[in-house]
Amino acid sequence: MARALINVPANAKRGDIVEIKTLIQHEMETGFRPDNMGRRVPRDIITDFVCKYNGQEIFRAELHPAIAANPFFVFTTVATESGTLSFEWTGDNGFSASETAKITVE
Amino acid sequence: MLALTTRPVSATPESMRAAIKQVVGDATPTKGKVKIDLPPLIENGNAVALTVSVDSPMTQADYVKAIHVFTEKNPQPNVMAIHLGPRAGKANITTRIRLADTQKVVAIAQMSDGSFWSDELEVVVTLAACLEGV
Repeated sequence: MARALINVPANAKRGDIVEIKTLIQHEMETGFRPDNMGRRVPRDIITDFVCKYNGQEIFRAELHPAIAANPFFVFTTVATESGTLSFEWTGDNGFSASETAKITVE
Repeated sequence: MLALTTRPVSATPESMRAAIKQVVGDATPTKGKVKIDLPPLIENGNAVALTVSVDSPMTQADYVKAIHVFTEKNPQPNVMAIHLGPRAGKANITTRIRLADTQKVVAIAQMSDGSFWSDELEVVVTLAACLEGV
């Protein structure tokens, strides 16, 4: 499975805006590059990334080949309650990866 | 003999306009509120840090629904579509993108009231992404 790195503050005050950083290992083959025989390498990218906060979607991205290899996203959310942030990536050729992170809100 | 490789046809200002039209429909995005942050001179187009921020209170009544990014001369005009809501707290997204050429980058934000706002930026790319062989 692809390696994913998630950076979420472990603790936050209620109402604070927290920054979430995610990075996942993936080549993001564009489908536009020729191989050494001149044939086009088929596209193989992550197409969707969703982040949920206690089951509710807070961030969703549709990715195209113009996203660099190892897709990296920084976004924010308001710390509303303690719980789990879940991250899910899906893409070409049945690619699927998920990760979770805990956050404690006081 | 000449070494020839098939080069993909790049997007054009027209195809970018068509891709934008798919998002905004008949509306015309107003310039403002959106800010693209990209280095003006890019040495390597394979991974370019891009930040898009939108000026919005991000409340239940007034928030950014979506942010779309387009390029003029990449093989495809679409770069990404981001969907957010009031729970984001602020509309500020950073990622890394590929740029195939010296070109114009456009960001369009869709607000909760249905209005569209945009920003565009010209960038110079010295080493292009996407096109070189494996």
